[in-house]
Amino acid sequence: MCGIVGLFLKTPDLEPQLGALLSTMLETMTDRGPDSAGFAVYGDTAAGVKLTLRGADARALATVVTRLEAATGPAVAASARDTHTVLTVDAAAADAVRAWLADNAPEIDVVSVGRRMEIYKEVGLPAAVADRFDLAGMAGSHGIGHTRMATESAVTTNGAHPFSTGLDECLVHNGSLSNHNDLRRRLRREGMRFATSNDTEVAAGYLSWRMRAGASLEEALQASLTDLDGFFTFVVGTRTGFAVLRDPIACKPAVMAETDAYVAFGSEYRALVGLPGIARARVFEPEPAKVYAWERH
Amino acid sequence: MPTVDLRAEPLRALNRALHALRPDTNETRWTVVNPDGRHAIAAGLDAPIHVEIEGNAGYYCAGMNKRASVVIGGNAGVGVAENMMSGFVHVRGDASQAAGATAQGGLLLIDGNAGARCGISMKGVDILVKGSIGHMSAFMAQAGTLTVLGDAGEALGDSLYEARLYVRGAVTSLGADCVEKPMADAHREQLFAKLKAAGLAGEVDPGEFRRYGSARSLYHFHVDNAGAY
Repeated sequence: MCGIVGLFLKTPDLEPQLGALLSTMLETMTDRGPDSAGFAVYGDTAAGVKLTLRGADARALATVVTRLEAATGPAVAASARDTHTVLTVDAAAADAVRAWLADNAPEIDVVSVGRRMEIYKEVGLPAAVADRFDLAGMAGSHGIGHTRMATESAVTTNGAHPFSTGLDECLVHNGSLSNHNDLRRRLRREGMRFATSNDTEVAAGYLSWRMRAGASLEEALQASLTDLDGFFTFVVGTRTGFAVLRDPIACKPAVMAETDAYVAFGSEYRALVGLPGIARARVFEPEPAKVYAWERH
Repeated sequence: MPTVDLRAEPLRALNRALHALRPDTNETRWTVVNPDGRHAIAAGLDAPIHVEIEGNAGYYCAGMNKRASVVIGGNAGVGVAENMMSGFVHVRGDASQAAGATAQGGLLLIDGNAGARCGISMKGVDILVKGSIGHMSAFMAQAGTLTVLGDAGEALGDSLYEARLYVRGAVTSLGADCVEKPMADAHREQLFAKLKAAGLAGEVDPGEFRRYGSARSLYHFHVDNAGAY
């Protein structure tokens, strides 16, 4: 089943509350997905590049970070949250850091890379996951989240959303794709890298690949209607953008609310109940095969 | 005239109280506040009562309704008035997918738009949508009327049996075995009666509608039609 949520603020007023609002939305979707949860938050622009790393536990991760800094030089900043640590490094050093991690600490996942975006995901109830990383205390301009009910693969953190395959780009997905293996092979030939065999990661990779070639988020999603086969409701974040797309059959549920202050997405209306001014919001169901996109600069 | 606040009382208690009402109850007007998109609000009613829901409802609101009149002040989620037997369900906002699915009687009135598969397998209900409806509406519909003041999405009336579909706006495409049929006086009269029941008598001209129905060529299996099933 799975539950997905997203919140995109149009103005800075609510930014300090972003995490608190998103965490309520995520928790409300627990009965659509109690197996694991994850979220992406777009906060302040970092002085360099933010790498969100995930380890088996906080101590193992801290050890690797110490070794990494000894080998590649100290990070600009590091902030540990349970099993995840956000390392901010000079943009020029990011590739070296990733290479060192791949060679020396393959057990550490690079969950996301971005100027603004951080991604956290773990197995467990959404409320527990949000608590572990203190989602409620995070600020930002937009964020997306996912609660997973595992139906086709094991309950592991690697199966948890969001998936990120490009700088500041991430995607959460409700549904299943039928041509992901073929598409993954084709994208690998184009130089895309995938960390899992998950169908959603392929969708994220597809959009990154399109955007890398110059497409806007909206254009990339439009193209995905032709190239992706299966059921999906996507909620996508980029450094400045936010978008929603449902497959042409609109198999998976979706409801949106828009006010002067925000655009919000939920698998069900229940997820939107706690948002300020929701009683006066324009609440609507996104149409099948129609790209909804917002940008804020 | 009970008012039930769903933030203060469990939904189950509300539905249990509504189910316990006898046909001759004096508590005929109920108000439900703070529905907050909960599922199955006022489902399974079987008494001549009026329930006003102030806000947005989740899935299957007023499902299986019999005799009651249920008004949803906001939007309704998937399957509103699913399998309604009789009575009246009114959505003042938009309805999600499968509105009025398999419903056998009564009137479902939607002021806004309805999503995909509106009236799927409807079996005698009258559905009237003031806005537009999504794709595959009236799929395998068997009886009743679906009246749409706006437009209809793809594959309207796919594998239709006997329901009558009246659409005022554009129809993106017709499903298998669904065809446009001429509007005779009897159809205009029927349409007027449905518009009147929805409170639209004199406001909407039945002459602006087109009628769609079953070509009846898929009723009995014929191998030449295998691709159309």
